[in-house]
Amino acid sequence: MTTTLPAYDEVVARYEPVIGLETHVELGTNTKMFCGCPTDFGGEPNTRVCPVCLGLPGSLPVANKAAIEATIRIGLALNCSIATWCRFARKNYFYPDMPKNFQISQYDEPLCVDGYLDVEVNGETVRIGIERVHLEEDTGKSLHVGGATGRIHGATESLVDYNRAGIPLVEIVTKPIAGTGALAPEVARAYVTELRDVLRGLGVSDVRMEEGSLRCDVNTSLNLPGQEWGTRTETKNVNSLRSVERAVRSEMLRQAAVLGAGGRITQETRHFHEDTGDTTPGRSKETATDYRYFPEPDLVPLAPDPDWVAQLKTALPELPRLHRRRLQQAWGLSEADMQSVLNAGAVELIEATVTAGATPAAARKWWLGELSRRANETGVELADVGATPAQVAELQGLVDAGKLNDKLARTVLEGVVAGEGSPTEIMTNRNLEVVSDTGALTTAVDEAIAANPVIADKVRSGKVAAAGALVGAVMKTTRGQADAQTVRTLILERLGVSA
Amino acid sequence: MTDVTALTATQIAGLVATGGASAVEVTQAHLDRIAAVDGRINAFLHVDTEGALAAARDIDARRAAGEELGPLAGVPVAVKDVLTTKGVPTTVGSKILQGWRPPYDSTIVQRLRAAGTVMLGKTNMDEFAMGSSTEYSAYGPSRNPWDTDRIPGGSGGGSAAALAAYEAPLAIGSDTGGSIRQPGAVTGTVGAKPTYGGTSRYGLVAFSSSLDTPGPCARTVLDAALLHAAIGGHDPRDSTSIPAPVPDVVAAAQLGATGDLSGVRLGIVTEFGGEGAEPGVTAAFDEAVDTLTKLGAEIVEISCPHFRYALPAYYLIAPSECSSNLARFDGVRFGLRTGDDGNRSLEEVMSLTREAGFGPEVKRRIILGTYALSSGYYDAYYGQAQKVRTLITRDFTAAFERVDALISPTTPFVAFPLGARTSDPYQMYLADLFTIPSNLYGGPGISVPCGLSDGLPVGLQVMAPTLADDRMYRVAAALESAVGTFTPPAL
Repeated sequence: MTTTLPAYDEVVARYEPVIGLETHVELGTNTKMFCGCPTDFGGEPNTRVCPVCLGLPGSLPVANKAAIEATIRIGLALNCSIATWCRFARKNYFYPDMPKNFQISQYDEPLCVDGYLDVEVNGETVRIGIERVHLEEDTGKSLHVGGATGRIHGATESLVDYNRAGIPLVEIVTKPIAGTGALAPEVARAYVTELRDVLRGLGVSDVRMEEGSLRCDVNTSLNLPGQEWGTRTETKNVNSLRSVERAVRSEMLRQAAVLGAGGRITQETRHFHEDTGDTTPGRSKETATDYRYFPEPDLVPLAPDPDWVAQLKTALPELPRLHRRRLQQAWGLSEADMQSVLNAGAVELIEATVTAGATPAAARKWWLGELSRRANETGVELADVGATPAQVAELQGLVDAGKLNDKLARTVLEGVVAGEGSPTEIMTNRNLEVVSDTGALTTAVDEAIAANPVIADKVRSGKVAAAGALVGAVMKTTRGQADAQTVRTLILERLGVSA
Repeated sequence: MTDVTALTATQIAGLVATGGASAVEVTQAHLDRIAAVDGRINAFLHVDTEGALAAARDIDARRAAGEELGPLAGVPVAVKDVLTTKGVPTTVGSKILQGWRPPYDSTIVQRLRAAGTVMLGKTNMDEFAMGSSTEYSAYGPSRNPWDTDRIPGGSGGGSAAALAAYEAPLAIGSDTGGSIRQPGAVTGTVGAKPTYGGTSRYGLVAFSSSLDTPGPCARTVLDAALLHAAIGGHDPRDSTSIPAPVPDVVAAAQLGATGDLSGVRLGIVTEFGGEGAEPGVTAAFDEAVDTLTKLGAEIVEISCPHFRYALPAYYLIAPSECSSNLARFDGVRFGLRTGDDGNRSLEEVMSLTREAGFGPEVKRRIILGTYALSSGYYDAYYGQAQKVRTLITRDFTAAFERVDALISPTTPFVAFPLGARTSDPYQMYLADLFTIPSNLYGGPGISVPCGLSDGLPVGLQVMAPTLADDRMYRVAAALESAVGTFTPPAL
């Protein structure tokens, strides 16, 4: 479609967006949801399987207690009510990546309902309602071979890997989020970010969007002020925090263009494209399946003991938002400074760097400066930029010890990001340490004076500022590895002038 | 030596234990019997000659080494083809699983091996256990040893026929609506459906998960009890398995065999009286009631008003669950695949596979269940049927406050001629009229021979409260002690 998109400002001036988010989280349990197969990522295709997760005739599921516990803890962290009795349900549809041709999920009796999560956007708190948190099993992965796009359309054959089939999956569904106006894309991103942090804090998942352990579907609709909510679309394949924001924005623009041209929004699933930042239609509602949900007869109902739930609640860790408040105070940051740390996704990184021995100021400088720049350039999340908090703390330690100057430290950091080793190793291997041996420096200084007699005379005659050229010459011969201030002092000393 | 195939399991076990016969000799005798008569009976879909002899040799070696073995060690057993057997074909009577060799043993089969029994092979059944005659088997019907022009009951007709034809002294069945008890009744053998959850469903190819119950089949009540004790009990692989010990069914059968039922109150369900049963069946049942009275039992009539809705409720719940359970048979991962010529889409290949692989009764139930679960009809059909199920459970609970067990004819009619009911599904469904209520409730039921009608066996059903399986064994064994066992004419 080649429709010209309207300007975003015009869209939000005219329409009110309503968004909703469905997030799937793969739990980090040791074993799968209904069998004893391991859950770790990777592995040769179809090696982490058994009769149960392959859905072989006669096999039966048995629910994983650790997964139920993790789901309840998520529900509690999201201020939900925990069901005292609930059941799994079968969601029936035919697809080869689903071994039984039904998914064991939850339908009208989810484990956790009716909660909320507070998120901060531009310093303001927005309360996101949580409709439900339920537990289900993941599907296998289809690999479509022979098509141009890797999708099923045009493929000549399809392969299925069932290693992922049966991994516990928690679905977290928000209530519709209205009234956020132009901020809707940022609210969406802030919610997923906050949710990710909550999940990470609970230790229930590694929440890696790029590996698919955190997956997000974004619902978007537009309506004119005072009118009913519009028809919504569901955007899938949103695989990063940045994409969450872009997907909402892109869908708002597209829908506004359709509505502006007098068209109607089709209720459909759309596919987000990371490269172009826009969405294309997926499965349409016309071919949508009747899932024929019914209570899973192979599993007994879940009835979590209220005392157990109360214990889990007491043992919950501090929520990330409160944790951040505490860090902000400890680090002595203003609201604005803390906000930039948040926007960069650097809170945990800085915290870990401080734990590893750096000062909060130094840690913040590296993560928000050099490393954020690199993350932006390469389009990855800051946490995946290639440097660890321990390495950053080690680098800063070398600076503090006078072994590296700022420029050299940045060179070493490049090496770290490139995977060359630890900062100390890189410094040694690439011979980047600051030249602090005054004997070697004195030689370099003497050579520079001898090579520039005119400048040397100027300095001797009292034009101290001219010494800069000699410093530059020394730095050049020492390949920047000298401390400029030391060099300057030495030059003035040799020329018999006081600084 | 006597013909060991004529012996009960208890007798065979005793013979093997005392060195009167080796397990290999016993096994070979039964394999010979199968070779001699199964061409006329078609009880077996697969005879595992090598596996059986290997297992028998193992038992003999262990006994020679002085190992303490269980009460059924060395006794041959036939297993309904609904249970997975590692490396041994498991078809569920369906073309869609033709040639499938499961990579794992069902829990029941594991326990049979652990008990030292010798598995002879896999028995015929209505496809996916849907039917009452084995005529819906994709591999041809089994025949009733009492009259080979008649059906041996179903779905577990193969297991029952194997017992009645002396091809095996023990067999395993599975009972979703009567598939153990009705074949037992029409072949003059004993079939018990344990309490739901009392025997593991792990490895039982599912028809209707909330109803399917594997259980023992034998020619005597005591043999059935011994088999029940060997296979029963909690299984952590089956979430619906009950974490409670199996009631002492063997002791109950032994107690019943003394022929004393003093102090036992038995209820006759009023609602079963008016309809259905043939006069010959009713006559044999009435005579058995007199016998039970003479043994000391007190007989009372009990109304279970919701039993009349059991059949319609069953034919919504079972097909609904089956429509989902059978979805996995799509040709992608195992079993039959049809039409995969490289030009057809995935959906087409799935459809062609299911079209070719499933028989008419299975398709009928998948369609029925798919409809009953579909959006907009769920509440009226599946939801309503579940409510009926609750009401039937209440009828049972109320009845068991007044009596120890309920009795009825097992099935309304004796073995009918092959082909007599295949053209009208409802006439076939009526075979389970008296057995379905206890499946919906989850309690145990047993069919024990109580007499003959025109030379064909009639069964009496005893239904007990959940987890009181021992009660039905006591009553059944008492009746057996009075009326004896029934042997068909020589084949």
